[in-house]
Amino acid sequence: MIREFGFDDVLFLLLAARWTILLTLAAMAIGGAVALVVAILRIVPFRPANWLAIGYINLVQGTPILGQLFIFFFGFSVFGWNVGAWTAAVTTFSIYASAYLAEIWRGGLQSVPKTQWESSAALGLNYLQRLRYVIIPQAVRINIPPTVGFLVQLVKNTSLASVIGFVELSRAGQMLNNATFAPMAVYLTVAAIYFVICFSLSRASQRLEGRIHVAR
Amino acid sequence: MNYSFRFSSLLAYRDEIIEGLLLTLQLSAATILIGLVIGVVIAALRTGGPGPLRSIATVYVETIRNTPLLVQLFIIFFGLPSLGLRFTANEAALIGLSINLGAYSAEIIRAGIESVRKSQIEAGHALGLNGYQVFRHVVLFQALKAIYPALTSQFILLMLMTSIVSTIGANELFHQASFIDSRTFRSFEVYTAITLIYLGLTLLFRGVFAAIYWCVFVRRPAR
Repeated sequence: MIREFGFDDVLFLLLAARWTILLTLAAMAIGGAVALVVAILRIVPFRPANWLAIGYINLVQGTPILGQLFIFFFGFSVFGWNVGAWTAAVTTFSIYASAYLAEIWRGGLQSVPKTQWESSAALGLNYLQRLRYVIIPQAVRINIPPTVGFLVQLVKNTSLASVIGFVELSRAGQMLNNATFAPMAVYLTVAAIYFVICFSLSRASQRLEGRIHVAR
Repeated sequence: MNYSFRFSSLLAYRDEIIEGLLLTLQLSAATILIGLVIGVVIAALRTGGPGPLRSIATVYVETIRNTPLLVQLFIIFFGLPSLGLRFTANEAALIGLSINLGAYSAEIIRAGIESVRKSQIEAGHALGLNGYQVFRHVVLFQALKAIYPALTSQFILLMLMTSIVSTIGANELFHQASFIDSRTFRSFEVYTAITLIYLGLTLLFRGVFAAIYWCVFVRRPAR
């Protein structure tokens, strides 16, 4: 039974967008925590730790997200854990976010002038204290705009979770298309919702960048 | 854990894998060429084009960069036929990827053009070159050198993103993976192997791009 694409369907898509946002937030929270560790491992003056971090980043950045999604989707059950699409998607996108954020944040950490390291060492702080009280607080300021910019990538890439059957915005669009057979209307609406989310984030990122440069 | 891995069942399908690999390479190469041309044109319009064209270029870049490739592909492959434009899956993939890469490379190239010092452009004009000649002979080469790393990482991302076109049925490498999966039911092994092939492709692309950089920008005398 084919029906018309109407206002209710737009509401349905808007509700589905919650899952896109939720998936983004979950990946950001878990991925961010991992990224902090990886970024620090990447800059500590201990070569094997650097190599480990570089290897991790290259492995994640050098493979397609779609492949990672399928590996986790099928991989969990190989180990006997039966998890749904949500867990597989959160795992994949957390790992994806952690590799990219680690690389972005490393840049921020390294852009803090060397004199800051030296003067905090002269104050008698140990390595972790220097990171915690001197370097990271300054790096956070620099890192906020590119991090918000990365959120745009993350929101867009969560659309791939539809492939393993997780019902977020894109998947909801596919389902509606099957019911209404109005692909142009459905997918343009889907694209418009993504655009509103992503464009506001892009603009926020540009604003923040402008503000930071003014403050200096 | 009592699962026995059988990667060997993949070997029977090496022809499919090679076929998919070649199509992924062709698709990536064609997209890079077309996307780069679109990128240069759009970047030139955004920096020096007449008002209305500049706005159109901006709308194009912002629309493409703020919506997912997956949805763009769906619009091209499922949406456009209702307007009478019908493409095969491979054509739709090439069109979608090129339009997508065009927007990203336009932004990178624009940053490169803006990084060229004004005195260079003024010097070009002083030599009697017109606007197009200054862009072609003075700005473009310097801009490309400045943005080469960013541009090539975008190309590698593009190569990885070609896997997404498997969702509309273009028969590149990732599509072959789901084909082999449907025959062998060795999902984990298939997708792990295919993902590692992509990792190999990433390394290959990096090597090729480093070699091109060396040939074009290092070995060549400054001009």
